[in-house]
Amino acid sequence: MSVRHDVVIVGGGGAGLRAAIAIAETNPSLSVAVVSKVYPMRSHTVAAEGGAAAVIKDNDSLEDHFRDTVGGSDWLADQDAVELFVNEAPAEMIQLEHWGCPWSREPDGTVAVRPFGGMNIERTWFASDKTGFHMLHALYQTSLKYSPIVSYDESFATKILVENGRCQGVSALDLRTGKVETILASALILCTGGAGRVFPFTTNGAINTGDGMAMAYRAGVPLKDMEFIQYHPTGLPGTGILITEASRGEGGILVNKDGYRYLQDYDLGKPVQVTDPEHPVKKSMELGPRDRLSQAFVKEMERGRTIPGPHGDFVLLDLRHLGEKKIDKKLPFVRELAKNYAGIDPVYEPIPVRPVIHYIMGGVDTDTDSATSLLGLFAAGEVACVSINGANRLGSNSLTELLVFGARAGRAAAIFATQNPDLDVEALEKQGADEQDRIARDFIRKEGGTERIATLRREMNETMESGAGIYRSERSLRDTCDKLMELRQRFSNLLIEDRSLTFNTELTSALELDFMLDVALAIGQSALARTESRGSHQRTDHPDRDDENFLKHSLAFHTDDGVRIGYKDVVITKWPPQERVYGK
Amino acid sequence: MDKTMELEIFRYRPEQDSEPTFQTYEVPFHTEWVILDAVNYIKDEIDGTLSYRWSCRMGVCGSCGMMVNGVPKLTCAAFLKDYTGKIRIEPLEGFPVERDLIFSMDDFIAKLKSVKPWIIRKEGEDKPLEEGEYLQTPRQLVEYQQYTMCINCMLCYAACPVYAHDNTFLGPAAIALGQRYNMDSRDQGRDQRQEAIASHEGIWQCTFVGECSAVCPKDVDPAGAIQRAKVASTIDYFKELLLPWGKKS
Ligand SMILES: Cc1cc2nc3c(=O)[nH]c(=O)nc-3n(C[C@H](O)[C@H](O)[C@H](O)COP(=O)(O)OP(=O)(O)OC[C@H]3O[C@@H](n4cnc5c(N)ncnc54)[C@H](O)[C@@H]3O)c2cc1C
Ligand code: SF4
Ligand code: FES
Repeated sequence: MSVRHDVVIVGGGGAGLRAAIAIAETNPSLSVAVVSKVYPMRSHTVAAEGGAAAVIKDNDSLEDHFRDTVGGSDWLADQDAVELFVNEAPAEMIQLEHWGCPWSREPDGTVAVRPFGGMNIERTWFASDKTGFHMLHALYQTSLKYSPIVSYDESFATKILVENGRCQGVSALDLRTGKVETILASALILCTGGAGRVFPFTTNGAINTGDGMAMAYRAGVPLKDMEFIQYHPTGLPGTGILITEASRGEGGILVNKDGYRYLQDYDLGKPVQVTDPEHPVKKSMELGPRDRLSQAFVKEMERGRTIPGPHGDFVLLDLRHLGEKKIDKKLPFVRELAKNYAGIDPVYEPIPVRPVIHYIMGGVDTDTDSATSLLGLFAAGEVACVSINGANRLGSNSLTELLVFGARAGRAAAIFATQNPDLDVEALEKQGADEQDRIARDFIRKEGGTERIATLRREMNETMESGAGIYRSERSLRDTCDKLMELRQRFSNLLIEDRSLTFNTELTSALELDFMLDVALAIGQSALARTESRGSHQRTDHPDRDDENFLKHSLAFHTDDGVRIGYKDVVITKWPPQERVYGK
Repeated sequence: MDKTMELEIFRYRPEQDSEPTFQTYEVPFHTEWVILDAVNYIKDEIDGTLSYRWSCRMGVCGSCGMMVNGVPKLTCAAFLKDYTGKIRIEPLEGFPVERDLIFSMDDFIAKLKSVKPWIIRKEGEDKPLEEGEYLQTPRQLVEYQQYTMCINCMLCYAACPVYAHDNTFLGPAAIALGQRYNMDSRDQGRDQRQEAIASHEGIWQCTFVGECSAVCPKDVDPAGAIQRAKVASTIDYFKELLLPWGKKS
């Protein structure tokens, strides 16, 4: 038994919905399935606050967006991909405007833009400070008008089905019935988002467990640049809730325990007074890139100039000089979050913040059409690595990436599906039945385990933080990889108490942990092999960038004996690597 | 032992329970914990079989709504410290229960779709992308902005006495979202939405109790949206009545 569509998309976040609409618009006769483990509007795109970058104003240029992105990436981004990204971004953003996204406006009715870290000019579109929320709801609500789009809500994909060297569908657990369905299609697009939950302290939601990365990896597709993990410099201690970079874009400053703007000590420029009309200076101080700001925090902590707290050391993000009116107009969600979750009203008090795991630059290796090395398999959004982000993503490029590459993936998959209508149905159904058996045998009916899911997850989180955090070394990474191998062993002794077929969330937690263990090891091994420091990957034992040996993407391949690391060249079209300079 | 709290949680597993039961769990008390943290603690450390929905834990994905001591709440935004005694946790009222704290969203999804929550332009009046964005002043944005804030959390349905009595009622959030588009200066599709909104199952069933706006965690004010829709529809009614007559003269 199976169901059949032309294209199946796994993931109903920004990337998945954009892809679905692109297919429906490219060829309305194609049937498109959107499989999502949560209702699409729950996807974590909903949490994005600050904004989405695209050149729209006369004083800005595509070339500048290109340069900011490539420099921000520490030259690890592919320049052909970045060029295409900045070129297509404006039309995609306007399209979203036409679909009803409530962008914040200038008095003349044009869309407003704000400054963001690492960008040389105001180019970040925003919808107050709930940009991702508004983009996701606009996309979801718009998607409802296309009848070829069929949704499989609360359906959890477990395995990519490959037959005859081609991806031809996916197995997905229907949470309501517990049945593992075989969903067949000529093309599959992975849009499953990030993997922040591999770490303990993260801005990512519970659903960001790297499922799509692990599924692609198990199907033989390499994961690219997995060692590059972004820490966002301003998360609330304890919960990891994000205080958006837009708060610094609007003029917020970071100070240490003495009220000193410590970023000036870390090669990020000199501070100008907050009352100076020049403030905030682009690509300088608080508007430096995230990797550098998070690294500065660690150094500042080592100097004993941060503030100790129950959830680790913190510094202060001061918005008071912006005044209540501006805060309420531009940053109302920041005020709401700080009040609710830190008991602090930023109008009157500075907000305690510390670096927090936020985004993974790496992911499923794709080309600029979002195609992977496996025929029929595409990937877009945070799950994918094209790469436009290289070693460090610039804030507000990701939401735009969902649109540009979601749409490209949709169009490319539509063409591929039209050209390859035939499927090996019988063999696929057999695979689907085997997958149903595996889930039943290894999980739902599993007897006698003793390891709690939460215990293994916690130990995985701890070892990732201690060994693969902001600063790493061969020693710390080896310890982490060893620990992950031990956890993989112990996973086979997992305790499952829930035998139910209806909304068995213990089963989904177990499947997510299973995926995360694969993703974590790919991160650890890729980081171990890269003996240089670049962007967000900082090796204390190899502190310098090494273009001679590592101006390359890492590729992590799944093998029976564990992870194999390979490399592929970075595409440099017009701007050879230089020193990365901020604050000048 | 450090301070603890008791949670009494609604349990229902359709394959084994003929009726719902309540199960009590003891959890540690932390001042910074929200109810969702306590429920997660139960799942992680005490009873892996408890099922519920959550994701963002920052009040924006809309998935963690539950009845807390009989009141619809986002459990990631309701703090343990604001409660004393045993806390009773149930699935949001007014919906069929699937299992434990998980209820069916089918009805809402269908209703949401029925109000056509997307920008509708008149035939041939779409602006080509090359011509850029539609202009919309900050003032025009404010007209509908409040209604865009809905996170689809369903608390308003759980609080609505009309929906509890008759679930054919379109309900607060769906009406507010229809209004959101009706009042957007870029939209020209109000007539097409009236079918759902101004129907018997639409705004006219609302008796203006206002409970929906009271529980809404995002200040959407669905009750206000319903009122505005009623006023606008009444004007339509008079226009229809008067226009043919007016034309004659
Ligand atoms: C707090 C926060 C703030 C941010 N702010 C910004 C910002 O201001 N600007 C910016 O550019 N970027 C921002 N980002 C980054 C950006 O929001 C994300 O990279 C982006 O939204 C990811 O979108 P996505 O579509 O790839 O994935 P998601 O929106 O995470 O969606 C993933 C989808 O995959 C589905 N899924 C996953 N696994 C499975 C499975 N096994 N089976 C079925 N379905 C599955 C989920 O149900 C979900 O629908 C922010 C991120 C966070 C966490
Ligand atoms: S109107 Fe308010 S209470 Fe109702 S679903 Fe929307 S956000 Fe929730
Ligand atoms: S978990 Fe997302 S709203 Fe509570």
